This record gives sequence, C-alpha cells and structure tokens, in this order.
Amino acid sequence: MKNTPSVEEHLEIYRKMLLVRHLEEGLGALHKEGRTRGPIHRCDGQEAVGVAATAVLEAGDKVATTHRGHAVYIGKGMNPYPVIAEIFGRATGACAGRAGHMLVADADKGVIGGNAIVGAGIPAAAGMALSMQVLGQKNVAMCVFGDGAAQTGICHEAMNMAGLWKLPVVFVLEHNQFGLTVPSDVQSPVEDLSVRAAGYAMPAEIVDGNDAVAVYRAVSSMVDRARRGEGPGMVECKTYRLEGFSTSDMGGYQKPEDIASWKERDPLLVSRKALLGEVGENRLAAIEAAAKAEVDAAFATALSDPMPEFSIDENCNPYSEAL
Amino acid sequence: MALMRYAEALNAALREEMLADPSVFLFGEDIGRYGGVFKVSKGLMEEFGESRVRDTPISEQALTAMAVTAAMTGTRPVLEIMYADFVPLTLDALVNQASIYNYIWNDQVKMPFVLRTQGGGGAGAGAQHSKALDSMLAHIPGIKVVAPSTPADAKGMLKAAIRDDQPVVFLEHKLLYNIRGEVPDGDVTVPLGKAATVRDGNDVSIFATSKMVVEARKAAELLAADGVSAEVIDLRSLRPLDVNAIVTSIAKTHHAVVVNEGWRFCGYAAELSATIMDHAFDELDAPVARVTLPDMPIPYSEPLEVAMLPNAEKIRAAALATLK
Repeated sequence: MKNTPSVEEHLEIYRKMLLVRHLEEGLGALHKEGRTRGPIHRCDGQEAVGVAATAVLEAGDKVATTHRGHAVYIGKGMNPYPVIAEIFGRATGACAGRAGHMLVADADKGVIGGNAIVGAGIPAAAGMALSMQVLGQKNVAMCVFGDGAAQTGICHEAMNMAGLWKLPVVFVLEHNQFGLTVPSDVQSPVEDLSVRAAGYAMPAEIVDGNDAVAVYRAVSSMVDRARRGEGPGMVECKTYRLEGFSTSDMGGYQKPEDIASWKERDPLLVSRKALLGEVGENRLAAIEAAAKAEVDAAFATALSDPMPEFSIDENCNPYSEAL
Repeated sequence: MALMRYAEALNAALREEMLADPSVFLFGEDIGRYGGVFKVSKGLMEEFGESRVRDTPISEQALTAMAVTAAMTGTRPVLEIMYADFVPLTLDALVNQASIYNYIWNDQVKMPFVLRTQGGGGAGAGAQHSKALDSMLAHIPGIKVVAPSTPADAKGMLKAAIRDDQPVVFLEHKLLYNIRGEVPDGDVTVPLGKAATVRDGNDVSIFATSKMVVEARKAAELLAADGVSAEVIDLRSLRPLDVNAIVTSIAKTHHAVVVNEGWRFCGYAAELSATIMDHAFDELDAPVARVTLPDMPIPYSEPLEVAMLPNAEKIRAAALATLK
C-alpha cells in the first residue's frame, strides 16, 4: 500500500516509541521520589502520534511541537540522553539546562522546538514553511498540536495563511481529549476538529492515533503533497491522555472505563502485534531490551552530570556598551 | 547626498537590502499592491514579486509568530504592523517567542527579523491609532527597539536592523513620514545603540526619540531666546541605550529633561530618569524633569488631543523649571 512504512521503518518507530515510554515511566518514578523539578507533561499512550508522524520527515524538514513533546523530540532524531539531561537541568542538556522539558530544541535535527504557549506551535510551523517557500526549498514543516491548541485564535490565523499561500506545512492534531482538565466536548461544538480544514482549503484525514501505521500513512500522504507544492494538510489523530495534565495534577477527571479501553489499545501493543508476525519474538525482545538499556543508561549519566553556571547574556544587555 | 522624505528613505533601505540579500522579504497588511498605508513599500511588489512582498490577511498575532520562525530558518523577514496600537496583538510572539530562543536554546538559532510599526499622536486618529508603546517593547530583554527621527537615520538604521541577527522593533511616527532631509548616497548604515547630539548646548540636556526630537529641537530654539543653551540628544535607539552619551552630556550641563510620547507611569521616560540616577546622580544639579503623555487614553477632538501631547512649549517649560 502506498505510503505504508516498511517493516524496518515500523520497527524503528516501535523502538523509538519504547524509548519514549521508558523515558516517561522513568520520569514518573523520579517524580515520586521528589527528584524532578517543575511540571512534567507525560505522553504515555500517545507515543504513536509524535513518533510515527515525524518518521515521515526528512533530515532538512522541521517540526514544532507542544509542552508534551517528548515523542516528537525522539521521533525527529534526538537521542534520549540530551533530552533527559535537559529535563534535569544539566549543563550537558540539549539546551544546556536553559530550556527545560517543555522547550527542548535541537536545531540541527530540525526540532525547533517544544512550546509551552498553547497554540504557538501552529504559526511557528507555518512561519518555517513560509521561509522554505520564500527560499524555494523542497522541505516541509510540521506542527504537532493538541485539541486545546485547536481552540486558539492564532490557530485560525495561521491555518488561514497556510491555506491561502499553499505553504508546505502539515498540521498533525494529537487529539488526546483534554485541555488540562477540561474535556474536548466542553471546549468545542464539533467532535472532529479536522472538519475545520475545509475552511482553509486543506485536505484532512482522521486516523486512529494509537496505530502508528495509520498515523504514518496519513501523514506521509500529506507530507508528499506539501513537498510537491500542493499546500498544507491536516491529520487528526484520535488518542487519549492516560496521565494527568502534568506532574502538577493527579488526573482523576478521566473516566476509569475510558482509561481501561484506551490501555487495551496501547500503541506499543498495537505495533508489537503487527510486527510479531513479521519479525518474530526474538527480534522484538532484543529491540525492547536495547531500548530499556539505552534509556536507563541515559538517566544514570544525566543524573550525575554537572549543573550549568549562571552568567549574564550579553544579547539581553539593555546598554549598547558595558559600563 | 539626496533630499528625501522619511518614507522614501525607508523605501530605499528596503529596496537596497532586498537587492543585496535574497533572503530578505516583506509581509504585512496592504504593503504589496497598495504599497503600504504610509507608502513605505511603494513599488516593491512590482520589483520583487509576490513571494517576497506579501499582502496578508489581518492576522497580527500569527504574522508576528511566523516572522519569528521564518527568521530562525534562513530568511530575514521585515513585517509591517500598521499601527503601534496593534502591537499588543503581537506580544506573545515578542515576549514569549522571539525574545527567548537565542538564550533558552543556547545560541542554536539566530533571530534576524524586523517588526516595523508606527505610533504617536497628532493626526486625529483616536484612542486606538495614536499611541506610542515604546516602553512596553523596550521592556523585553533580547529585543532591540529603535526610533529614528530623520530620513538619514531612518534609512541607515533600517538597513542595520535588517542585517542584525536579533529581533528589532523599528518604531516610526505617522507625522515623520513626510519630513525631508539629506540622506547619504549608497550603502550607509547607522549602528543601533548609538545616540546623536543634534544640537550642542551647555545649560540643560534634552533626551528624546522619534517625533519628540523634532519638538526638542524647537524647544531648544525657544530656550535660546530665553537665554538658555540647550543640548539635544537624539537617542535613536531605546534598547540598547547609549548610556555613555547620556552621562557625557549631563556631565557638561548638569540638568536633564527626558521626553517621551508614551505614558508617564512605568514609561520610557521613567526608565531614562532611573538610568540617569544610576549613572550620573553626582553630576545633577536638579532633579530630572520628565515630559510625557498624561496617564489617560488619547481623545479624538483636536483641542483635547493637542492639549495632551508633549510638545516644544512643554519641553521648554520643563527645562526652565529644572534651571530655577
């Protein structure tokens, strides 16, 4: 089938989803021990969206994501170690400890970046696409955003211009059903937010966001269009936030029956089942062990890394000359 | 040298930078086919095409946010926000995006974009089209804010702003676009962060930017008739601020008047006063005098608006009061 990932590509998606899951669970455990700092927004159960969507992209493509962006960071090519070191504020972190987990960037990898102003990633990706269009590049920008961000005014402004100018940008809606504690049906009169794409002359597709292959197929076809200069597209990935909004709340507003049914369709289980018949138990077990070992080692190293030292940033100095 | 209007000088700067660097592009409301509400981009769409000179929808929030990431990814966007009064719509992109990434991402990206806008009163444009919001913008670390008062500086500083790798807010004034002045020929830039002494004097220093420099020069003429020798410093750049020029002038005159067309409370004039106290307190023979807009909305009717705006007569009165 066109745009379907090969078995090897699917295995790589599965491996990266495992890295993210171990990252999230490791953070959860360290939070319980009081060893994390500030809020942490986990994406357990939503890994297929960020990982499979970015698996479609090429090295020169760029992605903007949300405050819940771990799957995008890893999906677009960052290793767990600099991400974890950043989350623990270390000098060795991806941004030398200045960004924290919500704002991680790796410009060389095209991750620019996490964004903790809900909705801000949408014009961010459109602006990257504008730059690509002005320069005549064949690259594509992607925004992974949530159902909460879809309700912002800037979402409308940015998508309108993307459609108007046929910008090479793909909007991947990670519909996890909640904006902080408020369910989507209390925030929007429509259940399928991608119906709005028609207003921007964009094609849209709705997929099971817990099925990495489905996400990959739909995103791949939108990325191909955008790269051909045919304009933006939207993919609405239906998923579910299993954890609280962040470590600042304990959840409790999700219905237990919903959590149970979504856990049965955990993206790791969905991919494992599909891959088992293709590559067999031994290969999967080896990938799983290696992913766990990589994340465990990254945590161990990052937690013993040095902290950064403070200095004034000269670019922010209010005076034209030092006094 | 050529005699040019302020708007023509800006147009020449845009054109020269677009010719020199294909990564420079312009976007904003009405700037393309119409050439801009103040005609600053006149003729540029015809010359450079619709990809590099874009008419946009009325979407200030997203336009500014898009300028930020376009700048991070290889272009040098110049965005026109038609009125400074619309700048509050752009603030997330400035306060939470453009200003942070250089530092927060540990110098992984550059941020070379210019947000051009124009503010200020005196044209009967009412409470939502007359404000100077200098202090709101100059408050943000990581963003440069400049406000030239002459055609020569308008051209030279816009060229420098486009070449700068940090975000620059370029403040123009609706009543300056038609003033004329000599502009040097060719590729001449004026550095951001350097003040200019536009009139030498010995008794009192007057510090101003943009249209208020015009008023300060008129005030200096009036003061000369009063027997007072006033020095006028055009700060040109609000941030970074040329504090050495301020200190040097006060060391000579020992009296300071700071002028700003924005509001008084927490305003740019307040920052100048505090800066002078930090760096030149021992040189002062009198408290710093502030000439600003009063703290209220700008009314429409001519006598109401005129009564409210800072002008030469108010600057003269403030200077005389500091010398008593």
